[in-house]
Amino acid sequence: MISFIKKHRFLMLRRVSQLTLIGLYFSANAYGLGILKGTLSSSLLLDTIPLSDPFAVMQMFAAGAILSMDVLIGALIILLFYMTIAGRAFCSWVCPINMITDLANWLRRVLYLDKTEKKLWLGRSVRYWLIGLTLILSVITNIAAFEIVSPISMLHRGLVFGMGMGTAAVLSIFLFDLFAVKNGWCGHICPLGGFYAVSSKMSLIRVKHNQPNCTLCMKCKDVCPEKQILSIIGKESGDVISGECTNCGRCIEVCDDDALSFGVRNYINKNG
Amino acid sequence: MNNLKRKKPVITERRKFLSTMAQSVGLSALGGMVWTGYIEEAKAAPLILRPPGAKSETDFLRSCIKCGQCAEACPFDTLRMAKPGDNKPMGTPFFIPREVPCYMCTDIPCVPVCPTGALDIDLVSVMKEGEKVLDIEKSKMGVAVVDEESCIAYWGIQCDACYRACPVMDKAIVLEYKRNDRTGKHAFLIPKINSKACTGCGLCERACVTEKAAIFVLPHEVAQGKVGGHYIKGWDQKDENRLEDISTDVTTHTKRSELEAQDYLNNSEVLFDD
Repeated sequence: MISFIKKHRFLMLRRVSQLTLIGLYFSANAYGLGILKGTLSSSLLLDTIPLSDPFAVMQMFAAGAILSMDVLIGALIILLFYMTIAGRAFCSWVCPINMITDLANWLRRVLYLDKTEKKLWLGRSVRYWLIGLTLILSVITNIAAFEIVSPISMLHRGLVFGMGMGTAAVLSIFLFDLFAVKNGWCGHICPLGGFYAVSSKMSLIRVKHNQPNCTLCMKCKDVCPEKQILSIIGKESGDVISGECTNCGRCIEVCDDDALSFGVRNYINKNG
Repeated sequence: MNNLKRKKPVITERRKFLSTMAQSVGLSALGGMVWTGYIEEAKAAPLILRPPGAKSETDFLRSCIKCGQCAEACPFDTLRMAKPGDNKPMGTPFFIPREVPCYMCTDIPCVPVCPTGALDIDLVSVMKEGEKVLDIEKSKMGVAVVDEESCIAYWGIQCDACYRACPVMDKAIVLEYKRNDRTGKHAFLIPKINSKACTGCGLCERACVTEKAAIFVLPHEVAQGKVGGHYIKGWDQKDENRLEDISTDVTTHTKRSELEAQDYLNNSEVLFDD
């Protein structure tokens, strides 16, 4: 039991984080609890601090909206938090879709679907093209183009205000990740994930690799949703520097050899 | 012979780069067109009723971040957020008056919480003694319309449910008295709507006693016509003033009218092109 907890410590913390946030947003709407009002698009923390989705605000700007001070400050707070400290942690610690795609990915592993399914090819750079496309379409259509189709907002708003047919959108992502492309949504398509991958490239919290301890079992690459970022495994010690790392910590907890850990990025002494 | 032999094509790095770029741009264009098509369809919801203080629909859709803070602030659960399946622009707030109308709170809790200004305080405020004060009666959510066929007041049955439900009583809906010639001794009490005073709250629609409401709220763009600038109320001094800047030259100028009448009759050149 203890070892199970230890082997899933970050996973459990992430679920606690994701569910607590949903709980707080839900209670604000259902019971008037004033801790975190709104949704992930824009919210008010403790009735004072505005928080906004920086990618949504960018789209609104492209759509020609006059941005208010509240959303600008809110977006800046969120952007700076991930940019300087947390990295792409939104994807694995906050986003509710993560629970759906993790489930699909887990089923893939335990059912050995990777070994049996026909492979569909999809590039991991699709998301970056979609960022550009989102902004261009926002200009053309005068509305935040990703926000109006985003399954993330659909699911999150659904959990706070009622799902409607949003369940179908969420199910589509689940089926896509299970039967079409491994880590298809979060690791290939989602432009919000792509946005955080680009904007939080330089963040301080990083996964560190201690190469001498590594036995090349590759369990980390097995669970990693963005396994291209683990290219240094078994080769050299150092930080996982790719912005595509979601800081989910799965690699750290599955490692039996203490070769991976969370740490603060060393900007001053590159060799240290 | 050597010339006829096909050379094996050389796939250079440059060719590889250019063709993958062409592929990505092409696929983006493909996806972009489908996506735009969906958005334009999804945006077209002409019958949607927005919360008080909402900007014009185009500006509203530009700036609404779909956070739901207005819906949370609404004490009557009037406002709801468009879900997939509602056939309304995804995630935007709206209300259905027949189910839950806007009760026109005097403190308008839904508007100041809007972080983006898609719900604009200025649109529901008046200046009172140099101070900006919220005034819900300024809101323009829509305008009530009566279907005379199904309104029982038009049949001659006394019903003033909408008139009494109206929070802007005797201004937004007034009762017009008319003699009922059918009976010869009764009166019609007919509801008439003043579109300038009507806020579109929908309390009348909610109160209407018929099976399907005979009075209902429609967005201004749907319910109202537009005269255009070329009609002027001659009896209204203010409207008459619009004439002042207008040029008084009413002669039609064409190629032919440049000549004197005599000339163009005698000069065949202008009668025939070429």
